[in-house]
Amino acid sequence: MSFKLYHSFKRFVYEIDQLSRFSAKMIFAIFGRPVYFAETLEQLYAIGVGSLFLVVLTGVFAGQGLALQVSNEMAEMGSKFYLGRMMAISTIRELGPILTALMVAARVAAGITAEIGSMKSSNQLDALTAFGVDPIRKLAVPRLIALVTMVPVLTIVCDVITIAGGWVIAVFVSHITSRTYTSAVIDRLTVGNIFMGLAKPFVFAFIIAFISCYKGFTTSGGTKGVGRSTNESVMFTSITILIVNYLLTKGIWTFMRGYL
Amino acid sequence: MITFEKVTFGYGDEPVLKDLTFSIPSGESRVIMGPSGSGKSTILRLILGLDSPWSGQIAIDGKDIFAMKAGQMRELRKQIGMVFQDGALFDSMTVGENIGYYLFEYTNRREEEIEREVRQTLEFVDLDPDIIDKLPEELSGGMRRRVAVARALVSTRPKIMLFDEPTTGLDPQATESVLKLILKLQQVQRMSVIIVTHQIADALKLADQYIVIHNGRLVFDGDVEHMRTAEVPELVDFLAPFRSSIEEVIRKKLI
Repeated sequence: MSFKLYHSFKRFVYEIDQLSRFSAKMIFAIFGRPVYFAETLEQLYAIGVGSLFLVVLTGVFAGQGLALQVSNEMAEMGSKFYLGRMMAISTIRELGPILTALMVAARVAAGITAEIGSMKSSNQLDALTAFGVDPIRKLAVPRLIALVTMVPVLTIVCDVITIAGGWVIAVFVSHITSRTYTSAVIDRLTVGNIFMGLAKPFVFAFIIAFISCYKGFTTSGGTKGVGRSTNESVMFTSITILIVNYLLTKGIWTFMRGYL
Repeated sequence: MITFEKVTFGYGDEPVLKDLTFSIPSGESRVIMGPSGSGKSTILRLILGLDSPWSGQIAIDGKDIFAMKAGQMRELRKQIGMVFQDGALFDSMTVGENIGYYLFEYTNRREEEIEREVRQTLEFVDLDPDIIDKLPEELSGGMRRRVAVARALVSTRPKIMLFDEPTTGLDPQATESVLKLILKLQQVQRMSVIIVTHQIADALKLADQYIVIHNGRLVFDGDVEHMRTAEVPELVDFLAPFRSSIEEVIRKKLI
């Protein structure tokens, strides 16, 4: 039992070491030449536009669900006029970044790992190298740039949709005036809240890119291996996002309390 | 000249090649044979610099390839064409995009010019130029293998061509066409061709000089006549089912 635990721990440390080295290579590759503009544009479209519907749908229903739950509780406590404030804080600080990152992780991370993993198992990555092309620069960097650009944008979209979903419940179910709801929301658009709401998706984008590309590039074991890597990619990305989200929240609360 | 000097390499903790020493002079061709899993394909990956040896030295034209900088390595790879097992074609690209990949990536040539060269190369490898817009999945195994050869030819105008199991999984007709193409490359393009295969019947048609690997060790390096008389037990066992084919090759040579 302890032998198995020791090997699992050793394997975990090895994976972290390899992932760190791979991530560093990805970062360095951003600054090298050639720059693959066409591939980057293609990824911006695929990740940004491709994930939009999913993020909007998630935002609409998460916003309405949350507002419905909270408005009833707040009505009982006689504080339903603070619904806008509550929606703004919970959405901008937590719900928007987390929901968007998890949705993108489920959709995009799986796609990236499966695509690169399939190329690896059919020797296409070696064929690229044989042509003098750096596969990290060609395949991983455009995806990293697209994720770092698009995840914050999608998060803003998700925030707006979620808060709008809350507005529907506030106005039509809880009978709060539109003005009361929106002014409470605007009141909580502080520097600290906006910083937290944008810093998180930026960090999550790096996590999705690093893990999904790493899992693709290290795929082995044929088609079965591609399936295993894809599963692990989504699982590790989601877990890491949740852990890092807690650490970021804790850190920002510690160092930026006065701005929140 | 490709030189392996006491090369040892493995995956994980397990050595695949052990103390391998041989050389292939410029312009000469070699067939590297051996049972499955003996480390043959690894030799090609090392020549191309896709993997680095644990110890020993690999040199091309006297230069240690693992002492080279990234830029020098890229230039060296332009002299080497590689046809991977199953072709390793980029499956999201058409045949034309696959063959013209290097030209699209590294040159500023116009699209029509590239298409003309792609069509000419398709004809050279005995394929219908009208398959240019097809995807690799629409081609048969033999056609895919020939498209892979065309891609290696167009891209870098290599001096050395490496083939990894070029006929594995092909029907007899497709095998014959791929073998003819490899011979054509040697005779018409005067290329140094290194072929890795475990199909001895095919190997005997492709070259005069052979290297045999067994369990990661070199057990034979020489011509077919020496191969017949060699008394290394691993080689004797490996060639036993093919004695009559070897005798026939030697008889034809004598005629």
